[in-house]
This record gives sequence, structure tokens and C-alpha cells, in this order.
Amino acid sequence: MFEYAPAPESRDIVDLKPSYGLFINGEWVEPLGEGREKTVNPASEEVLAEVAVASEADVDRAVQAARKAFTVWSAMPGSERAKYLFRIARIIQERSRELAVLESLDNGKPIRESRDVDLPLVAAHFFYYAGWADKLGYAGYGADPRPLGVAGQVIPWNFPLLMLAWKIAPALACGNTVVLKPAETTPLTALAFAEICRQVDLPPGVVNIVTGAGETGAALVNHPDVNKVAFTGSTEVGRQIARSVAGSGKKVTLELGGKAANIVFEDAALDQAVEGIVNGIFFNQGHVCCAGSRLLVQESIATELLEALKRRLGTLRLGDPLDKNTDIGAINSAAQLARIRELSDAGEPEGAERWSPACLLPDKGFWFPPTIFTGVAQSHRIAREEVFGPVLSVLTFRTPAEAVEKANNTPFGLSAGVWTEKGSRILWVASKLRAGVVWANTFNKFDPTSPFGGYKESGYGREGGRHGLEAYLDV
Amino acid sequence: MSERVVVRKTYKLFIGGAFPRSESGRSYVVSSSKGKFLANASKASRKDAREAVAAARKAFPGWSSATAYNRGQILYRVAEMLEGRRSQFVTELVDADGVGVRRAGELVDAAVDRLVWYAGWSDKIGAIRGSANPVAGPYFNLSSTEPTGVVAVVAPEAGPLLGLVSVIAPVIVTGNTCVVVASERAPLPSITLAEVLATSDLPGGVVNILTGSAAEIAPWLAGHMDVNAIDLTGAEPELAVSCEQDAAENLKRVLRPASGKADWITDPGTGRMTAFLETKTVWHPIGI
Amino acid sequence: MTTAPLAEVTASNSTLRGFLHGLPGVDRVGADARAAMLGTRSIKTTSKRQAIDLALRMVDLTTLEGADTPGKVKAMCAKAVHPDPTDPSVPSVAAVCVYPDLVATAVQALGGSGVKVASVATAFPSGRSSLEVKVADTAFAVADGASEIDMVIDRGAFLAGDYLKVFEQIAAVKAACGSAHLKVILETGELSTYDNVRRASWLAMIAGADFIKTSTGKVSPAATLPVTLVMLEAVRDFLRTAGRKVGVKPAGGIRTTKDAIKYLVLVNETAGPDWLDPDWFRLGASSLVNDLLMQRQKMATGRYAGPDYFTLD
Repeated sequence: MFEYAPAPESRDIVDLKPSYGLFINGEWVEPLGEGREKTVNPASEEVLAEVAVASEADVDRAVQAARKAFTVWSAMPGSERAKYLFRIARIIQERSRELAVLESLDNGKPIRESRDVDLPLVAAHFFYYAGWADKLGYAGYGADPRPLGVAGQVIPWNFPLLMLAWKIAPALACGNTVVLKPAETTPLTALAFAEICRQVDLPPGVVNIVTGAGETGAALVNHPDVNKVAFTGSTEVGRQIARSVAGSGKKVTLELGGKAANIVFEDAALDQAVEGIVNGIFFNQGHVCCAGSRLLVQESIATELLEALKRRLGTLRLGDPLDKNTDIGAINSAAQLARIRELSDAGEPEGAERWSPACLLPDKGFWFPPTIFTGVAQSHRIAREEVFGPVLSVLTFRTPAEAVEKANNTPFGLSAGVWTEKGSRILWVASKLRAGVVWANTFNKFDPTSPFGGYKESGYGREGGRHGLEAYLDV
Repeated sequence: MSERVVVRKTYKLFIGGAFPRSESGRSYVVSSSKGKFLANASKASRKDAREAVAAARKAFPGWSSATAYNRGQILYRVAEMLEGRRSQFVTELVDADGVGVRRAGELVDAAVDRLVWYAGWSDKIGAIRGSANPVAGPYFNLSSTEPTGVVAVVAPEAGPLLGLVSVIAPVIVTGNTCVVVASERAPLPSITLAEVLATSDLPGGVVNILTGSAAEIAPWLAGHMDVNAIDLTGAEPELAVSCEQDAAENLKRVLRPASGKADWITDPGTGRMTAFLETKTVWHPIGI
Repeated sequence: MTTAPLAEVTASNSTLRGFLHGLPGVDRVGADARAAMLGTRSIKTTSKRQAIDLALRMVDLTTLEGADTPGKVKAMCAKAVHPDPTDPSVPSVAAVCVYPDLVATAVQALGGSGVKVASVATAFPSGRSSLEVKVADTAFAVADGASEIDMVIDRGAFLAGDYLKVFEQIAAVKAACGSAHLKVILETGELSTYDNVRRASWLAMIAGADFIKTSTGKVSPAATLPVTLVMLEAVRDFLRTAGRKVGVKPAGGIRTTKDAIKYLVLVNETAGPDWLDPDWFRLGASSLVNDLLMQRQKMATGRYAGPDYFTLD
């Protein structure tokens, strides 16, 4: 047997303060209220730091700072704004190991992913939008498109720093200033980013970071002096935001939930399809809005594919997120774990068959084994609701038309996958799928040049690419 | 010898390519700008709205997968048919809007020209709104536009023909289907336009027109879970806000009413099309 | 010779073609990505020590030069038995691999060391000769004492779609091998696509290969991680389908301990730990041995080693 000895990434590289304030107008300030929250390492339940809970008054301070900075920032030539963004990108590259460790500590995701996926994409995103800052007149939105003003941005806990990059990079490139609220369970990399804003001498108030939970987010979204609201998170909260901004004239982009179908045809490249299924649902513990959580497999190869898939799941390594060989890390929070358990527990009573590979879960922390449900019907909760965890529902189909029909039979429409070696079938299926991103013979690929966003209840607006500028321009 | 008695038209709704009366049996009096009785218009109910949405949904797969060239041809055909009925529309606009014959003629001409303009966009909007994205890896990555789906349209009160054409054409040219709530005060040109649409090779259900009260019908459309987007151009401010709130329930794309007086004469730009377009990005590996 | 479940496959070239083209395709980008991901596994401390010794035991120490001489081969055999004469805990390699005319020299030099003698054969490296010559080449090496034969397939026939010809040649050479183990070299660098690598792997296995081997070392690219991944998938699936286990040998271009360990990880997570044995996995290499020895010494002493302290044979 070839056992891999533990290969932990050193956490000494991360210098955590016991407590963090709010980042407003380029300074660290204490919150006006008494609110404090602890952020924990989900793999050990160890408290990492205490962070402020911003009150409505704190949010107001941050918005005011952003408003003041808007005058300076929006008037600055794009070429100069670009240089600040390039500086940010460079510092992120320079500090990428530290930020990757910090992300894994606070989020629970494997260091392999934070190191090889999150951080490279974060830097790339700033590089990409830095280049747009002085080329906005060529983006197809008129000769001199104007920024919107102050952007209130609320991001989720699944890709904390990457979602920050998706929000802040285009906003700043277009000349907006921002107040960003990271998720309450993963604030640390956003606070490290605040420090980076100081290192690059970003003018005060251009980026403000306020920590807190739902109430802080609501205060930000509803602040009358915010011109633009950008939210990534659950469809439920997205709905509330869409409702609450009605009549305010605020421009809104929402990137919400999903229940992606990953369709495997009988002529697929099976080994790569298996990898794509694994990557589709177990990447980041399935805490991915575009996760391929519904496997639609052609009935003629279902047995063979499932056997291969189960064999492959047997090689997944679950455990210490900081171990470089870990494939599956910790579930981000006790609350999320409870949600995953609750939905998974509904699987069997509804008639599905549950399977997990033999896998030891650590004693401390929040963990859930990779899980497959077979014999799932469209009507089952696990086939309809977003689990946001390492849980795959397997359904079968007989014909391409049936596959598409089942894939589209959901209120969501964020992403989908299709696996077949037949080119014309790929294009047919891709054209019929009502989803914003279609991965053909691949899955869960991201790039700053590639627009991302959903159809239907998965939200509206696109992030990434030229399309991503529109969300931050007055057009 | 008595003068010949004119045979008047019964104005009905336009749903799924047919001209039904409102299921409610209701109608309302439409008067000219000078207060003269013109006709009774059907007063659509929420059930008519529901039928119209069902018709629009049914028409969506076919219309959205028609070739862009074909959709452009059909819109151009609509323009041709409208041109052929120029004098009828001039008369209706004079009656409905209180404008002079010459001004009415200009408005009909503008409506025809607008249709021609949008017809040409059918196979071009994708080229300017889509992109090939140079991702950092061995992948072919293409973003293309797709219609959002079923769009509810609250047509402007003013501009019973030009305004109406200006909100319908950009929605359907890209492959959406729609349910339109016509101008409440001046609904008659909308039904005559429906006659044009019905004879222009436009598949039934692509455009459905309801006459009646926007305040009554629009909230049902805004809250309808099988409507993907709503254009609130013609909604009064209070109605627009409540419709936007209702639209949140299934995350409809919302086109809010423009501030200030609507101007249907100047270049409309692409905004009315792009408001109801999705961007789909497809990835595929490049390898041998 | 052919295993029962697949016997009907070789009834004609068209049935064979139908079978090989019916195998699932391989998406190159996906296979490359999977191999690259496995290449990021971090093998440290005890695992690394274990992996280095395992890799040493899997090496087919190879010399395949026109300038090879008995002296050169004898020196290499000495190295094969005792890769590090100063450290008796260093295991011998699996085999030496030489041209047929040097088999006798190698057999004599290795004596009862347990290190096997492998010989390339069948008009190596191009394979461009008659079947008679190929069989004679094989018989000659076996007669001189080779216990393993590394044959090359007729890539020309394979690329021309004449799969039955390739099959028949392998089967004939297998017959000529007698009790010697047959490694079939696919020369993946000339097959160009991973689909072809998968088809050639199955073709060789159906024809009776005991091992499938990537390359001659004379064509670039030689062994790569993704090609080896595809071949490991093939032996894994062949065992399930035909009930017979076949070994895999990447050869050429494997020079560092880091490379070797990546291959071991690939084996472990693709075909599975059952293949982590010199009977089922070999590394065709020459300069690799010294790097393994240097890393081994670094782990023992804590100091980085220098090349002057290891023999060049």
C-alpha cells in the first residue's frame, strides 16, 4: 500500500490578529456598536479571530466614505485607476501562499484548491479588469460610459476572496467605489485584502470592508446613497434584495443558486466524464452555486458509469484542508452542515439509495462524506433543492430530448454540463439548455474573460469578460 | 336615399394568434380625444392574462429556435403589412390621439421604419453582444445571446402605435415572445396592429395583446411565475414599483420606466433588446 | 492466446476495428488535467523514502545505443545489482534492458542476482521488417536467456487501420517468447492521439501482451504522465473485462525522483495499489537511478547530495 504521509502547508505564514475592526476610508476603525463575532476554522472549530459586526451607522459611515472617494476615483483617468488594480494583482500574486492558507483556514477548503484555483483566479481577475479601466470607450457601451457611483456588494462564503475579486475588480475599473460585506463565516481574506488596499496606496474610501451578517448586508443594500447592488448568494436572499430595491432605481446584479444538470451520453469519454462529475460536485465540498449536483446519465451506460464513479470516489482524500493531498475539506459551518444533513436525510425516505465511500471523518470540525444518491426522481427534494454540499443525485434518461427536458425542469438556470464525443449533439444540447454557462466535456472552469451568470431564478447580470462591465456602468 | 351605414369593427383581444373576447365578458368605452365614442374595447381579465402567458410560452420554443434570418424576414413583413394599412392607422391615430392627419402619417411612417430597423437587428445583435473569450487554457469559449423567454410588456400610454411598435419589436426580434398590455386610453390601434401581425407570418402566440386596465392586469403578469421578464415602460410610477416587487418572486428581468417623457422618435439604441437577452457561455476543450 | 470474453473480437479486421473504435474516447484536455492534478500530490518523509525504494525496484535499467559494447553492458549490470555499492540497503533494479546481441553478456554478468534481462526485439525501434525477421529476432534473444522481450508494434499498420496485422504480429511474437514475458511497445509518440493509445493498448492486451509499454525512447515525446494514465486505465478496465492483469511500463524521459514519484501516484490512484509492484509496473530509464540514489541519501543524511558521489555506469 502506498500511504501518503501528511503534507501540511505551514500556517505560520499567516499572521492573524486576535481582533479586527472595520475598514472604512482607508483606516481600521472600531465599530460604533458593541457587536463582535468569532470566526472559526471549520476543520477544527478553533476560533481564528474576532471580527466587528457593522451596524447601520457603521454601514452609513462606509457609504459616506465611498461617496466622498467617488468624486476622486471617478474623475481619475482610467489609465491611473488601472495602475492601482495592477498593483493589487501583483501583491495578490506575491502574497498568494499566505492568502491561500488563510482562505483554507477560514473556509475549510483544501489548500490544493485555494492554492491552484482560487488565488490564481483572484490575481487574474484583477489583471483582467485593470486592463479595461482605460479602454471602457471600446467596450461597446458608448464612447465615454460613466460609472454608477457607490456599489454595495455582498458576497458569499464559498469562494471568499474570489467573489471579492469578481465584485471589486470590475467596479473599480469602471470608476465606482465600493462597500463590500464578506460573509460572516469567512471574513478574514477580505480583511487581508483591506490591508492590500493600504499597501497599494489606494485612495481612502475607494474600497471599504464592513463585516457582519444578514443585517449588515441588508443595511448596505438598502442604504439610500448606494447606486448599485451586487449580490452573490442564495436565491432566497436574492429575492429579498430584488424586492427591497424596487423603486429605488439602484442597478442590481444577482448571482444566485443553481441545480445544474451534468448530462452524460453513452458515447462520452467515460474516464474524463467521471473526473468531470467528481469535479462538478465535489470541488469545494460542493459549496458551489454552479455545482453539477444532478447527474443525468444515459440509461444504457448507467451501471458502468456508476461503478467507475464509485471506484473513483474511493480515492478521494477527505481531511485536513491544509494538507496538500486533501481533496475534500471541511463543510464551512455548523449551519451549512445541518442543512446538508437535513436535505440528505430526505433522500432515502423519498426512495433514493444512498452511497458513500468508506471514509473516516475527523472528530472535530464540520464534515460530510462525499455522497451519491441513485434512483433519484425529478420529484425528490434532493433533485430539486440546492444542497450546496458534496451530495450528488443520479437520474437516468433515454434520449437527448429527455435529457434536455429534465435538465431544464428546474426554476434555476445557472450552469449545466454535457458529455459526448459527438460535436453536433453538444451544440444541440448546449443550445437547448436554459443555463448561463454550459460546460461541454469539462466542468467548473472559470476565467476572468468568460462571462458567468444565470438564467431564471439563478439571477441576472453577468460577471467576467466584457459583459461584466455592464453591471458597473450607467448604461 | 339614406347614407350607407358603416360596418364597424368589434375590437377583441389577441391571444395565441386568435381574436377572442375577454373571458370575463367585459368591455369598456373608448372615446376619441374629443370625447366621441369610438368603440367598446375588450377589458381583459387576469384569466385572459394567464391564457396569454400560456400562449406565449407555447410559442417560445419555435420562435426562439427560428433562424435569426427568418425572424428578421417576418418583422420586415410586418413592416410591409403596416405600410399597406397606412391610411387605416392614420385615421385611427387621428381619432385616438387627437393628432393631425399629417402628424399621424409621420407617426405611422416612423412605426414602419422602426420595424424595419429592428428587423435588421435580428442577425446582428448576437454579433455585437456575443464574444469569443480568450480564456487562459485549452478551451474554446463562446458567449452568445439568447432570448430570456416570455416577456410581459406594459406598453406606453402615449404613442398608441409608434410607442407600441417600439416596445414590441425589440422584444420579439431576438426570439422572445410577449404579452402586451396596450395603452388603456388608446387601445384600438393595438388591435389593428394585431391584425397586421396575424397576417404577417408571425407565429400565433409570439405577440399577445391585451386591452384593458394596466393597473389591473400588470400585477398578475409581474407575479406570474412563468413570465421571465417584464417591461414596465408604460406603468405609472406606483404601479411600476409594486410590479417590480412582485417580479422579484421569480427574479424576473425588469426594464424600469424611463425617467422623463418618452421620446419614440430618436434612435432607440440596443437597450430594449439587451434588456431581454441572456448571455450563454459555452466551454469546450481544444485537443486532438 | 486471446482471452475468452474477447475471442470473437479478432475474427476479422472489421470486427477488431469495430471493437477498438467502440471503446470510449479520451478527451485529451481532461486526461492532461487529471495527470497534472495527480502530479501535484505531495509525497513526503516516510512515503517518499518508501517510494524511492519502490521506484528503484521498478527500474528497467536501459542502454540501447548503437555504440553499446560488452564492457558497457557489464558495467551497467553491476550497477543494476548494486545501484549504490556503498549502501547495501539499496535494492537492485528490476531488470536491465539491452539489444538482443548483448543479452548473453548481460545474463552472464547478472548471474543469480535476481535482476532480469530484458531485450528489445522485432526490428527495434522502427519495427519495419518482415514478421519472420521479428520472430527470429525474438527467438534469438530468448534463446540467449532473455526473460523479458520488449517488442515494438507496427505503427504503420496501426495507423493504416490494419489492426489485424498488428494483432497477428504480436500474437506470433508472444508465441516465440515461450515463457519469457512480453512487453509491447506502442510508441505512443507516433500514435499521436490518446484515442489511439487506448486502442493500441487494448489491441496489445487482446493479442497477449504481459506488459504494455509507452515508448522506445527513440521518439519524442516518449513517456508522459497522461499517456501513462490512459494506459493504466486500459489495464484496469482490461482486468475487469477479460479477467487478466497486464503491467504498464512508461519508458523514456523519466529522469528525476520527482518524475518517478508522480508515476507511482498515477498508478496508485488509477489502476490501484495492486499495480505498485515491479511485476506490474516498470520504469524504463537510465539516468533516473542516480537521482533516486541522491534523493535517498539526502533523506538519510539531511544533506543535499552531489553527482560525483554516484557512479555513472
